[in-house]
Amino acid sequence: MKLISEKRELTSRLFRISAPLISILVALFVAGFLLMAAGVNPLLAYLEIFRESLGSVYGLSETLVKTTPLIFASLGVSLAFRMQIWNIGAEGQIYMGACGATAVALFSGIENHSLMITAMFLAAFLFGGLWGGVAGVLRARWQVNEVIVTLLMNYIAILGVDYLIYGPWKDPKGFNFPLTAQFSEAARLSEYFDTRFHSGFFLALFCALLMYLFMERTVWGYEIKVIGSNPKAARYAGMRTGLAIFAVLFLSGAVAGIAGFSEVAGLQHRLQHGLSPGYGYTAIIIAWLAKRSAFGVVIVSFLMGVLLVGGDSLQLSWQLPIAFVYAFQGLILFFLLASDFFIHNRLRLIRGGQHA
Amino acid sequence: MLEILLDATVRAGTPILFATLGAIINERAGIINLGIEGLMLIGALAGFAGTQASGSLLIGVVAAFVAALLAGSIHGFITVQLRGNQIVSGLALTMFGIGITALFGRSMVGLTIAGFERVAIPGLSGLPLIGKAFFNQDLLIYFSFFLVVAIALFFYRTRWGLALRTVGENPAAADTCGVPVILTRFLAVAIGSGIVGIGGAYLSLATTPMWIENMTAGRGWIAVALVIFASWSSYRALAGAYLFGGITAMQLRFQAMGTTVSVHILQMMPYFFTILVLVISTIRLQKGASQQPENLGQPYDREDRK
Amino acid sequence: MSNLLQIKNIRKTFPGVVALDTISLSIARGEIHTLLGENGAGKSTLMNVLTGLYRPDRGEILLDGVSIQLNSPRDSLAMGIGMVHQHFMLVSAHTVFENILLALEGVPNFYSRRTYRQKVQKVLDAFELDLDLDSPVWKLSIGAQQWIELIKLLVRDCRLLILDEPTAVLTPQESARLFQVLTRLRDQGKSILFISHKMREVMEISDRVTVLKKGRSLVSLSRGEYDESRLASLMIGEDQIPMWIKPACKYEQLALEIKNLSARNDRGLADLDNFNMKLYRGQILGVAGVAGNGQKALAEVLTGLKEASSGRILAEGRDITNSTARSSYIAGIAHIPEDRKSIGIAPDMTVGDNLIMKNFASRAFRRWIFQDRAAIRRNASAKINEFAIKAGPDGNPVRYLSGGNIQKVIIARELSEKPAVLVALYPTRGLDIGSAEYVHKVIIDGANQGMSTILISEDLDELLKLSDQIVVMFRGRLVGCVDPQATTREEIGLLMSGEVQS
Repeated sequence: MKLISEKRELTSRLFRISAPLISILVALFVAGFLLMAAGVNPLLAYLEIFRESLGSVYGLSETLVKTTPLIFASLGVSLAFRMQIWNIGAEGQIYMGACGATAVALFSGIENHSLMITAMFLAAFLFGGLWGGVAGVLRARWQVNEVIVTLLMNYIAILGVDYLIYGPWKDPKGFNFPLTAQFSEAARLSEYFDTRFHSGFFLALFCALLMYLFMERTVWGYEIKVIGSNPKAARYAGMRTGLAIFAVLFLSGAVAGIAGFSEVAGLQHRLQHGLSPGYGYTAIIIAWLAKRSAFGVVIVSFLMGVLLVGGDSLQLSWQLPIAFVYAFQGLILFFLLASDFFIHNRLRLIRGGQHA
Repeated sequence: MLEILLDATVRAGTPILFATLGAIINERAGIINLGIEGLMLIGALAGFAGTQASGSLLIGVVAAFVAALLAGSIHGFITVQLRGNQIVSGLALTMFGIGITALFGRSMVGLTIAGFERVAIPGLSGLPLIGKAFFNQDLLIYFSFFLVVAIALFFYRTRWGLALRTVGENPAAADTCGVPVILTRFLAVAIGSGIVGIGGAYLSLATTPMWIENMTAGRGWIAVALVIFASWSSYRALAGAYLFGGITAMQLRFQAMGTTVSVHILQMMPYFFTILVLVISTIRLQKGASQQPENLGQPYDREDRK
Repeated sequence: MSNLLQIKNIRKTFPGVVALDTISLSIARGEIHTLLGENGAGKSTLMNVLTGLYRPDRGEILLDGVSIQLNSPRDSLAMGIGMVHQHFMLVSAHTVFENILLALEGVPNFYSRRTYRQKVQKVLDAFELDLDLDSPVWKLSIGAQQWIELIKLLVRDCRLLILDEPTAVLTPQESARLFQVLTRLRDQGKSILFISHKMREVMEISDRVTVLKKGRSLVSLSRGEYDESRLASLMIGEDQIPMWIKPACKYEQLALEIKNLSARNDRGLADLDNFNMKLYRGQILGVAGVAGNGQKALAEVLTGLKEASSGRILAEGRDITNSTARSSYIAGIAHIPEDRKSIGIAPDMTVGDNLIMKNFASRAFRRWIFQDRAAIRRNASAKINEFAIKAGPDGNPVRYLSGGNIQKVIIARELSEKPAVLVALYPTRGLDIGSAEYVHKVIIDGANQGMSTILISEDLDELLKLSDQIVVMFRGRLVGCVDPQATTREEIGLLMSGEVQS
């Protein structure tokens, strides 16, 4: 007897759509064993995740607070994905975006609220974009592997922010902590319901809508899809693929950079060490789970927000390292990749060995 | 002074060397492995835990090899057998490695072990300038020298090596010659990953004999970039790893000397230079100075209709 | 004669396609057995079943009367079944020695380099091949690569050799030499399964012929039981082959002029070498040559995909050298590419999206920065009707279409802006006869309306049938120009081999 796989016609829409959900459930199951091995009761842990993140207004607001940067970063990453470009540098782009917004907040001296926020937004957009654009230029001009470049630039961006907050931008009244001075009121987004929930969330939703229109309705979205489907065909059709690669990586970085703006203007009100606990990496998973849809990005970002808020509380109550969330995300990806296989293939047992 | 710097270069370069060699074995078989960073962490933790539990450094190294081999097998299975996306699977492996080592490393934090000690090779270690750096080192470093030569001989002087290179260049050709493509690719990923794990173990058993969460700090990614610099050759991997060892050593030296340059700026140097080297070697690649395995990144499906 | 191999009722399906319906045939010891059938009849699929690459859904294979299972090429090789694939199974970065070594049986892991080099050298000598063992394969000519592919089989002592259209890349003279070798092997008692759709070769070499049609084996005939017209009618069946009336070119108005054009390839070698050519309005200019002699480069330079290193291209007097792909399309040069699936389409997108790939930014399909979806849909249904494209349900990605329909999508798109010049690179390769005829009709209709066509093809019949004039390319140069009414295949063959110039 031998187990073989064979191709099959496309499976039902239902299976294709539910595959990410199934992957998450299987990952939860397997992660349960890891938790048990680490001496944590997985059922209690999962229960706590849901209770903490969804069980109260405060919990829900915290979840939305974490969902916000995830939406921006994932939209950026998924834009590049559509063109088969891998932007693994959203983390660094968030830091650079935050850096740009902070520079405006601290040093522009603008007092008008809307003007200040707009300027901060644009600076974050530009900084994130340029950070992504570097990889874009290298990839478009010399085919330098953008995965490695964007990834390594994360380290540079994080160290760059560290340099600023340990050095020239350090708050003189901050008791030597690595952070900048607090922003003025003009440089802060509105908060609601007496929680940390801020208007960055609505900006994120608007951004998702724009991204949808851009990809599905505009001429540029069409070009990106052709290039992503077959870059050789795109060149044959006369599209300027090099320019498109740069533009997409710039835009991808810029959108991720907005997450940095939203974090410093909406939440932290200053630039500080560890301003993103890895939103940029989680964004890669979200973009892959959401396949091609901007709408999907919003949904999956929310799920990951749940996980992050829950993970934070587990860290407090069980001393679980927050990095455990990464292991869980890695597992989701593994199972998602495996489910892709079963969407296109089925297994069959056959009789007979090597020779008759 | 130069002698000390050279010694520090070799010691800082060795973990990256193991990781680069392991990544080369992966890529020669046609599989991109972006999980190197995670595999190094798994190797580092398993190596430390193995030694901690048994008191034997050898058992630690074997544990690192086996643990990374098993973790790499997940990537192998997904990309080779299930033909999944190699980039995504590799990233997943890195995340998985970071997370799982953080989880299981909790109990290891703060523990200590006796790490690898220097063993002088009589005669050679007395050589001026290079003697101390190359012949008064620990056993893992000597093992890395052996591995560099062994891998080159394996690739170019054995039938299995030829088979491995062929499945990376043209798996269909290998298949029609009777080479078991899927098995060869899977083994290359698994064993290559195991070697990456030894690189991680070097950090926790020799560089600093302890476990620190996320102690690789991007070395795995540097190794991924170095594969291109090395044009998939183990000898050039040695040169590349020591180049980075050198930059790290100098950076540490500057810090120790107490320069006015910010420590954060100094710490950026290895990443910055990696990008620079990556750009230069990619341009050389474009000019045909070397060739990447033709089927790199492509899954093999025998029944795929062209 | 006793049977070496028997195939009974083999069936193989792929998602949505029945590649092999029911195939039965038997191959005797010491015979050259030809599989004849038009493209899409299932020849290559059957071969891949025999070499263990594809696993059949049902049916039986008997070797020496014993039923066998072929689960991998390894199994087939163990049974003594070997194959020369149409797309060579060579590792281009590896040396000649390494390629052959991999095929040798019983090589120990730590082999003696010297012993095995001598062994391989001896085989090369036996075939009077003057090849450097250490030369990487990509540096060799296509003909030499074909020999290495064959030697890989011969060193294994196969009982059944399968050759899939081995002459496609050879000059007529090289083919003759190959046939000599095959006959010699036959006389030594080996069985040879030969795949072709070239009638002349089939008549020349076969002991027996099996005709395949639409995945079924129709009939097996021994030498003497068939002639050319019998085979042709079996192969094509009742399908009517329409005749098109081709206008004679008047050679009045110059459409395109190429002056001293040179271009280099990635490896720095000359792809085009001082190439000169004139194309008139309404002319169909055939370009013959063994694949890899610069035809692709010519098409790519003309359509702006590749830069010329020197020389000029004039379109109706205007210099369009080194224009971009889009500007040459706008200037009226359309392109049917060689590899339709890998560069002609965006496989995941719909037929409608693929049809506008070259003019998506034109006013017709765009409102400011937004796409005019309604116009794109209208265009799609118009083209699907006009070109009889079987597009499947709405929103079906183009990759699910058959090769012939994909080619129609490309042609529909390329002709939509009424081009002055059509550069068609192997436009009927791999198409069934119906689709191929459709392509011919489009080219002739175009000529009737004044479109000029550069028809690059490896199929001499196609060239002789359609062209007003045939030029021959060899190593990037134009080595001859003949009148299809007055020439012979032998003359074109000699020109293709580069041995003479006209």
